[in-house]
Amino acid sequence: MNKTLHIIKRELASYFGSPIAYVFLIIFLILTGFFTFMMGGFFQSDEASLARFFVWHPWLYMLLVPAIGMRMWAEERRMGTLELLFTLPLSAKQAIMGKFLAGWLFLGIALLLTLPMPITVCYLGDPDVGPMITGYVGSFLMSGAYLAISGMTSACTRNQVISFITSVVACLLLVLVGFPPVTNLLLKWGASSVLVDFAASLSVMFHFESMQRGVLDLRDIIYFVTLMAFALISTGIILKQKRS
Amino acid sequence: MIKADGLVKWYGGMLAVDHVSFEVQKGEVLGFLGPNGAGKSTTMRMLTGYLPMSEGSVSIGGHDMAEDPLAAKALFGYLPENAPAYKDMTVEAFLDFAASMRDLTGQKKRDAIEKAIATCHLEKVRHQSIDTLSKGFFHRTCFAQAILHDPPVLVLDEPTDGLDPNQKHEMRELIKRMGRDKAIIVSTHILEEVEAICTRVIIIDKGKLVFNGTPAEMCAKSAGAGRVTIRVQGVSKVELTALLEGIPEAGRPLEVSEQDGNATATVPPAEGRKGLAAAIKAALDKKGWSFDELHTNQGRLDDVFRTITSLDSANVK
Repeated sequence: MNKTLHIIKRELASYFGSPIAYVFLIIFLILTGFFTFMMGGFFQSDEASLARFFVWHPWLYMLLVPAIGMRMWAEERRMGTLELLFTLPLSAKQAIMGKFLAGWLFLGIALLLTLPMPITVCYLGDPDVGPMITGYVGSFLMSGAYLAISGMTSACTRNQVISFITSVVACLLLVLVGFPPVTNLLLKWGASSVLVDFAASLSVMFHFESMQRGVLDLRDIIYFVTLMAFALISTGIILKQKRS
Repeated sequence: MIKADGLVKWYGGMLAVDHVSFEVQKGEVLGFLGPNGAGKSTTMRMLTGYLPMSEGSVSIGGHDMAEDPLAAKALFGYLPENAPAYKDMTVEAFLDFAASMRDLTGQKKRDAIEKAIATCHLEKVRHQSIDTLSKGFFHRTCFAQAILHDPPVLVLDEPTDGLDPNQKHEMRELIKRMGRDKAIIVSTHILEEVEAICTRVIIIDKGKLVFNGTPAEMCAKSAGAGRVTIRVQGVSKVELTALLEGIPEAGRPLEVSEQDGNATATVPPAEGRKGLAAAIKAALDKKGWSFDELHTNQGRLDDVFRTITSLDSANVK
C-alpha cells in the first residue's frame, strides 16, 4: 500500500512537473464552460440545475481523458523505465493501481475546479442540491472508467498516438451504445427491444443519466466499478503478455 | 547468491536463450560476454524478473524469482541496458523515489541518497532535471539507483556504456571494490573490462553457454598462449635458430627473424613440456648472449572470444 502511495506521488509530480497538467486543466475548464454556456444555452434554459453542464461530460471526457491515459504505459515502455519499474520490489498490482489512482486523482482535481459552476447556480437560483452531488459523483466515476480504459489501450503500445486513438474509439463505443439516436436506429433495424435495452445498459450514458437526475443507484456504481476493474485487470494481463 | 538454472527463452518461434545455467557467489564479479544479439540482455532480464522465462528457474539469495519475486527483487540492484530513468524528475527526486521503493525511510533514506550521490559524483547535477543531463551523468544516475540500497547482488547491463575513459576507469574501480563483498554480474563486450574487473567469465553465443571459467583460463585457450618471445642482441637469425632447436622444451614451428643486428623469435612450447622460458634463459646465459626481451605470452581474450563465438550471430537479433 505504501508503495502504491509512492507511485501516486511520483505520477502526480510528473503531471504537474510538465505542461501536461496545466494545458489539460485549462482546456478542460474552457471546454466545459464553452459547452455549458454557448452550446447548452445555460442561461436561456432558465433552470437552476447543472443538467446542461453534466450532459457534455461523457463527450468531453471521451476526448480529454485518453490524453491523460495514453501516456500511462506507452511512455514507460518508450523510455525503458518499464523495465526499471518491474524490477523494483513492487507488485504489478501496486504499479497499476498507483498509476491509475494518480490519474484519477488528477481528473478529480480538474473536476473540483469546476465548482464555481454549482456555486454560481446556487447563487443565482434555488437549485436542488441532490442531483448536483450525484452528478459530480457520477462524473468522477465515469472519468475513472474512461481512464482505466485508456490505460489499458496504453499498455498495448509504445506509440502514444495509437494509444490515444484506440482509447477514444473505445470510449466512443461506450457512449454510443446508449445514445438515443443510435438506440433508435437499432430499434428501427429490427433489433428486439430487450437486446437494445441490454446494449444501452452497457453504455456510460445510461448510468450517468440516472445519476444526473439525483438517483444514486448501487447498480450504477457497480457498473462503473466493474468497468474499471475489468480494464485494470486487463492492463495487468496485457503488460505481462507484452513482456514475454 | 545468484543462481540461474536451465534458463530458456522463446520469442515466438525463435529460441533466444537455450538452457543457460550459472551461479555467482558473494565476492565474485562475473563477466557476461557474448556478441550483440547473443541473448545477454534477455538473460539479464530473466534474472531480474522482468521477462518471464519459458523454462528454468532463477533464485536470488535463495528466493525463487517465480515464487517470491518481491523478496528476490529486494536483494539486487539493476542497471538495465541503456540506463533508463524518469526524465521528468530531478536526480534527487528520482533517487528519492527509488529509495522509497526499497522501503528506505527517514534518515536512512537521506543517508542512502547522499552516499549514492557521492559515490556516483552527482553532486553538481542533483537538482537538475534528468532530461537535461549529459550521457555520462544520465548513466550514473541510473547506476546510483542500482546501488542506493547497498544490495548484496548487482546486475549491471553494460555499466560503462557511454562513459568517457576516465569515467570508465572509475566505474571499473568501483565495481571491483564493490565486488569484494557482493555478487556482481556485469555484461559487456569490452574485453579489457573483463581482464580488469572480473573474477570469472561466461560467454554466451546464439543463446547457448559456450564458456564458463576464469579470465586466465579463457586466455589459456588462446592459440598464442604459452609462447615465449625473445629478442637477442648481436646474434644472427641462423645462430639463434640453431640454439633454439637444441632446447627440448621448445616446440615447432619456430618463428625467427632478424632486424638491425638483433634476432627475434617466438617459440611455442613443446607438447607436454613446461618451463620453456627458463630453459631458453639458461641456454642464452650459457652462450653469454644478452637479450632485452624474454616473456611468455598470456594469450589474448579477443582471440579466444572470436574463436568461441561465431561471427554470424552478430547479425541475428
